[in-house]
Parts: sequence; structure tokens; C-alpha cells
Amino acid sequence: MPSPQLEARGIVKHYGHVRALRGADFTVFPGEVVALIGDNGAGKSTLVKLLSGAGHPDAGEILLEGSPVVLSTPLEAQRLGVETVYQDLALAPDLDGSANLYLGREILRPGLLGKLGALDKKAMRRGARDAFAELGVDLQNALTAVANLSGGQRQSVAVARSVAWASKIVFLDEPTAALGVVQTARVLDVVRRIRDRGISVVLISHNMPQVLEVADRVEVLRLGRRVARFNAAHTSVEELVGAMTGALGDQESVA
Amino acid sequence: MNTAEEPLVADATDSSQTTSMAPPPEGVLRRLGSTNTAWIFLVLVGICLAFSIMKPHAFATAFEARTVATNASVLIVVSVGMTFVIITGGIDLSVGSVLVFAGVAAAEAMHAGSDRSIHAGWGTIWLGLVVALVSGLCWGVINGFLVAVARVPALIVTLGTLGAAYGLSQIVTHGQDLRGVPAKLASDVGLGRLVGGIPWMVAIATVVTAVGAAVLYGTRFGRYTLAIGSNAEAARRAGINVRRHLIKVYALQGTLAGLAGFLALAYFDTTTISGHSSDNLAAITAVVIGGTSLFGGRGTVIGSAIGVFIPAVLASGFVIIGVQSYWQNVALGVVLVAAVYIDQMRRQARSRQ
Repeated sequence: MPSPQLEARGIVKHYGHVRALRGADFTVFPGEVVALIGDNGAGKSTLVKLLSGAGHPDAGEILLEGSPVVLSTPLEAQRLGVETVYQDLALAPDLDGSANLYLGREILRPGLLGKLGALDKKAMRRGARDAFAELGVDLQNALTAVANLSGGQRQSVAVARSVAWASKIVFLDEPTAALGVVQTARVLDVVRRIRDRGISVVLISHNMPQVLEVADRVEVLRLGRRVARFNAAHTSVEELVGAMTGALGDQESVA
Repeated sequence: MNTAEEPLVADATDSSQTTSMAPPPEGVLRRLGSTNTAWIFLVLVGICLAFSIMKPHAFATAFEARTVATNASVLIVVSVGMTFVIITGGIDLSVGSVLVFAGVAAAEAMHAGSDRSIHAGWGTIWLGLVVALVSGLCWGVINGFLVAVARVPALIVTLGTLGAAYGLSQIVTHGQDLRGVPAKLASDVGLGRLVGGIPWMVAIATVVTAVGAAVLYGTRFGRYTLAIGSNAEAARRAGINVRRHLIKVYALQGTLAGLAGFLALAYFDTTTISGHSSDNLAAITAVVIGGTSLFGGRGTVIGSAIGVFIPAVLASGFVIIGVQSYWQNVALGVVLVAAVYIDQMRRQARSRQ
């Protein structure tokens, strides 16, 4: 087995008296889709926050490609090649897809105009169109404000943005929760395409059949700890649910 | 820096093959057509036509156009800054007071810089301009700091600085308007004309509007302004320093209010301390009529300039056709509420999709 790309060891996180994570482990291998599942309150969201720089663990360590890292801010995580798409997408609805894709990373014109902060909109539109095309996203009008797009298209813009800037790992927090059947299939297709580009995907989801359909591996959190790891090809929904609810007991079964 | 950038640029050659992208000119036109700006411009044209038909010899004259435009210049400069502030989702009530304060500060500085300031040369006038801009900038930074860092609502912050700047202006002048504005400033800038009969005031306001529009539409500063107004949290997560940018936006507004104060000084040949108490509402009205959303995230500088002209043209037209000029306020109120109503309808239509 290759060495892990991202590894969390013994992560502890308290919120007041609530122990959200009690020594949780988590592993991402290069170029895989790994699903992170767990019941409500198992600590999924907390773990994702800590791994994407939106919080600090009280104890434990995070290793990126073998070396310990401190993800003090989301920007620090992004700088290290780790991007996160949250459920609320964090898009600017009045701006178009291209502006959102390049938000905070605008391409400026060469020369004096660029020094004055003039945007190279053509280059950004071109780049955005290519980025969307690469993920198989059909964005018919690149000049349309994101607010005018459908839910699936918005999701695609958010995912495309994170993929465009992630060099190592993309976290997708419930990417299909608000989508219809066709749109969900598209997003899952996008997830596979991201993996095919050599970027690991961490998929947080409640939808077990979906997890089994798209993920290579599954890691299960329960009560703030990792309780099981599965190879997606050799497990079933029943087994996953058993691990989530504790019916299988708390021993790790490494696939 | 990242893996995506290479393919982004490398595939540039086949960009012409895709039909889903509209060529820029068409895109700009469609964008214009889809905003309130185009509509509000038509409204302005319609008002002008109506008055022209009613009184062609009095209204549709170069003299009238020049008068209306010159009168509007000071407010246009303020409204350009107000556009940026409102696009961030903020508001600035202090502009009129800051304008007065900057005018007073400039007048005092020019007076101190020259014993007989009325005969002062361009050196003194430039000094006055710098003092006006810097004092406006200072008020803007105070506003921005309190809004962005201290997190006091913009309405309250600028209500406070509205009172403070106005009060300080009165303390400095003992409530008496300062005279002794350099004659050159008043005659050359305030009343002077460029080649072709275009007043200096109008030329300056036009340049400010053009630069403001270019900054909002075509620069990173403008893009951040729109993004923060659209979704501040998204901007923050994208790595934009939202606080610093907000301070910059209020500083820009303050500086433009300072410039407006200097222009008012040139135009009226005196500080007009009590003459700007409703400039803030006039500017906000112009910006909103011009299609900028009070909820932030959307707006145009050109629209705001047009929004200044609608009340200005109404006022001048009502006088010419012999209607009591007070009707202007009634008409303006209707236009303002209609503009916001249309914005609301558009938002609802959008969120239904």
C-alpha cells in the first residue's frame, strides 16, 4: 500500500463540555476517493473543519505527505493544496462563474494596467470555461450570475473552483444533499474525474448507496473515533450502517 | 502554483471553437440590457424629451444643459463613492458633513498659506486641494475602521461622523461661512470652461465617473467590492482581506467627498456649511435609482451618475414649464420607491429559479 497523503492521528477536539472528537484517526491515500461517513454527531464536520484549517485540534497531529503540518487558517490549507467545498458553497451569487472560480486569485493584465489592478477577464473566462469543461460541467453562459444557475450548476461551480486550485486533496461536504437524481449523477461523475486527475477526494455523505458507488474506501466515525475502515468493493450498506451505529462493535477492521 | 493553471492557459488556442461563450461586445450589451442601468437611462431620456417637447426653446438649450450638468457635478462625485459603499452592503450618511469639513479645512489652509488668499496662485490652490482630499480621506478611514474592525453598523457609524464632522466645521468657523476663496479657483475651476464650452466642473465629474466605472468593472478592487457585497463570507474564505478592503472603500468615499468639498468651494466661492445637509440622501437616492442594490453585490457607477441627473433634470424642467419646483420631491420619491421595488421583484424572480 502507498504511504498516506494525509493522515490525522489521535485528534481530540472539545467544544465546551462536548467532546466532538475523542482521538480520531483518518487517512487519505493518493489518488483515491475516500468516503467519510458517520451518524449525526459522530464528528465528521468537526474533523473536516480541522483538516481544512477552519479550526485547531486540542490534541493529535496532522501529517501531510508524511510531515506534520499546522493548518492555522483555511488559506494555509489551500496553500498546501487542500481545498474544501462546504455545504453552503460560499459563492458570490451576484458574480458569474468565472469571477467565482478566480475569486481571491484573479488574473491581472500584464504591464502597467496589471500593476493598477486591472483584471484580465478574457483569460479568466477562458480558464473558467476550460476548468468547467474538464469536469464535464455544462455552463452555457459564462457571463450569467451564479444566482441565476440551478442548484446543480452552482454546486459544479463550487467544486470546479476547489478542483482548479487543489493540487492534493478536495473535501466535499455533502455535495449532493440538495440535488436531484440527474444532478447527483453528474456531481458523482465529477468526483471520479477529479480522482482521475490524481487529486484525492474526501466525500462526506449520508447516502450509503452513493458512497459505495463512487468511493474506493470508506472510513467510519462513531462518537468521535474512527471505528472501521472498508474497501468499498468488498462491503455492503448493511455493514456500513452496522459500523456507524455500533452494531458491529468498536474494533477497526482494516480492509 | 497549482495543477490547474497549466491546462487553463494551454488550451487557450481552441477558445474560438466554443459557441457557448458570447463574444465580449455582445456580452456587454446583454449585461447592460439586463441591468436597471439601461432602463434608468431610457427614463432620463424620456424625461428630457418630454420637457423638450413642452418648452423646446427654454429646455433644450446648451445653456440649460450646461447649468444642469454643472449643478450636478458635486453630487456626482459623491455618488461615485457612495456606489462603492452601497455595493459592499454599507451606507455612508456622513458624506455631506465630510464635504463641508473638507471645504472648511481647504479654505483655512489656503488662507494660512497666503495672507491675501483671494489673490493666491495655483500653488496655494493645490495646497487646498491636497488638504481637502486628505481630510476627506481621514474621515473615510475613521468610518471604515469603525464599520470593518469595530463592527459598529455603518448606519450608526456614519450618523456619528455626520454629526462630528459638521460640528467640527462649525467650531472652526464659528458657524460663519469662510470667504477669501482664491479668485482663480472660483473663476477658472468653479465657473471656467474647457474648449468646446464644457465647464471644468463637468469635466472633473465626468473623469471621476469614468475612472470609478473602470475601477468597479475592470479591476481587482472593484471585483472585491462586488464580492464582499454579494457574500462577505465567501470573500473571506477566498482569502480576501474583507476588513482591509472595507476600510479602503470607505476611505475612497471619504476622499471623493473631500474632492466634492473642494469643488463646492470653487463653485460657490465660499464654504457652504449649511447647504449640504441632504447631500447624503440625495447621493443614496441617485445610487439606488441608478440600479445599485441596497442589499449589496450589484451596481454600476454610470447608473449612479444617471441617477443624479434624473432629479436634477426634473428640478430644472419643472421650473421651466412653470410647475412648482416642490413637485420635484414628489416625483423623486415615486421614482426612488419604484427603483427599489423593481430591484426587489428582480431578486424574487431570481431566487424562484
